[in-house]
Amino acid sequence: MTVQQRIRAFILENFYVSDPAELADDALLVTSGLVDSTGVLEIIAFVEEEFGIRVRDDETTPDNLESIERIASFVARKRQANGPTSFTSGDVSAA
Amino acid sequence: MFSRDVLRIDPAGVAEQIQTTLREQVLGSLRRRGAVVGLSGGVDSSVVATLCTRALGPDRVVGLLMPERDSSGDALRLGAMVADRLGIRHVVEDVGPALEALGCYERQLEAIRAVYPEYGPGWQCKLTLPSLLEGDRLNVTTLTVADPRGMQRSSRMPPAAYLQLVAATNFKQRVRAMVEYYHADRLNFAVVGTPNRLEYDQGFFVKQGDGAADLKPIAHLYKTQVYALAEHLGVPAEVRSRPPTTDTFSLAQTQEEFYFALPYADMDLCLWAHDHGTAPAEVGAVTGLTAEQVERVYRDIEAKRRASRYLHQAPLLADDRRGP
Repeated sequence: MTVQQRIRAFILENFYVSDPAELADDALLVTSGLVDSTGVLEIIAFVEEEFGIRVRDDETTPDNLESIERIASFVARKRQANGPTSFTSGDVSAA
Repeated sequence: MFSRDVLRIDPAGVAEQIQTTLREQVLGSLRRRGAVVGLSGGVDSSVVATLCTRALGPDRVVGLLMPERDSSGDALRLGAMVADRLGIRHVVEDVGPALEALGCYERQLEAIRAVYPEYGPGWQCKLTLPSLLEGDRLNVTTLTVADPRGMQRSSRMPPAAYLQLVAATNFKQRVRAMVEYYHADRLNFAVVGTPNRLEYDQGFFVKQGDGAADLKPIAHLYKTQVYALAEHLGVPAEVRSRPPTTDTFSLAQTQEEFYFALPYADMDLCLWAHDHGTAPAEVGAVTGLTAEQVERVYRDIEAKRRASRYLHQAPLLADDRRGP
C-alpha cells in the first residue's frame, strides 16, 4: 500500500464514514466534521508511529493535516527531510 | 454599521425579563420552591444568584461553594461575599475528599506521567490550545507543567493520556453537579446553571457536569452583556474585575488559553458578527484583528459548534414513539 492508501485505511477504520467511496482524498477532514480535535491527535499519533516521523507543534496546521492527500504530502516531505524532530515543543521558560 | 454597540443592552429591562421568566420557570414549569446556585466567585454565577434572589426572594435561594484541592482561595472568599451581600444561605461543600475517593487526582497524575514521568508533589499543570492569532493551527491541546521551581515545559499528549486527563478532570464538574442536586432534592429546589452565551454556544461545559441544570437563565447573554448586567445589579467590583478563569487545573489558566480563541470582549463580537453574516474586514476594523484572523475565528466557532453538538444532545432513543 502507498502512504496515501495507509492513511486512508486508518481514517476509514477509526472515523465513521457512512460511504467510504464518497470520501475523497482531498476532502477536508476537520472542516467537514469527520475528525474532531481528539481525532487530530489520533492522526498525529498514527503518522508518527506508522511512518517514524515526529510532528512538531508548529506543523499541526490545516495545510499539513486537513485531508488524506495533504497528510500524505506532509509525510513525504518529512521523510525526505529525514531529520528527526522533537516530539515536544521543547519550550522551557520561567513561570 | 458594525460596532461594539451591537452588544449594548438595557440592563434594567433584561434583568426584569429574566426575573419574570425565572420565577415562572422555577415555581410554575418546574414546580420547585427555590433555586440552588453553585457560586464560583466569578461574574456569571454572581449574576445568576442575584437574579434568583430578586426573582424568588433570599429565603428561596441557596448558594453552594464547592472548593477542591486545585481551586483558588479567591473563589471561596468571593463566593461567600456574594452570598452574604445577597442575604442568601450558603453552604460550603469541600468536594476534595469525594474527588480523592474517585481517584480523580491519581488518574490525572497517571495521565500526566505518560508525558512527564517526573511529575509529582509540588508540580502544577494546565491544558492550553494554540493561539489562533499567530497562525492557522488545528486545535491540538498542549499540556504545560511547571516544576516546583516554576520552570515550565509544554508538550502535546498521546491521545489516550489526553483523554484520560480530561476524563479525570471532568470528575470535578460532575461531583459538583451531584452536590447541587443533593441540595436541590433536599429542599425541593431547582438547580440553576450559570453558562453565558459563549460557554453555552461553544460547548465550554462538561456534559452531566456544569452542563446539568434545570434552567440556564443567562445562556442567551454574551459575556459583555453579563458584565453590564453585573454592574447594574451591584455585583461587587472585585468579582467584576477578576479575569475569567477555569479554576480547574492547578496552574493558573485563562479561559482563552484553555478554550476561547480571544479575550471575551472580542470573542463576543466575533460570535455576534459570525451569526449576523458580518464581513471579517468589518470585524477587524473594530477589534484590531486582521480579516484573516477573523476568518480563522469564524472557522473555530463552527468547529466548536460541531464538537458541542454531542454535549447538548439528550439521550437518543431507538424508537421515540411514546405510549404502548
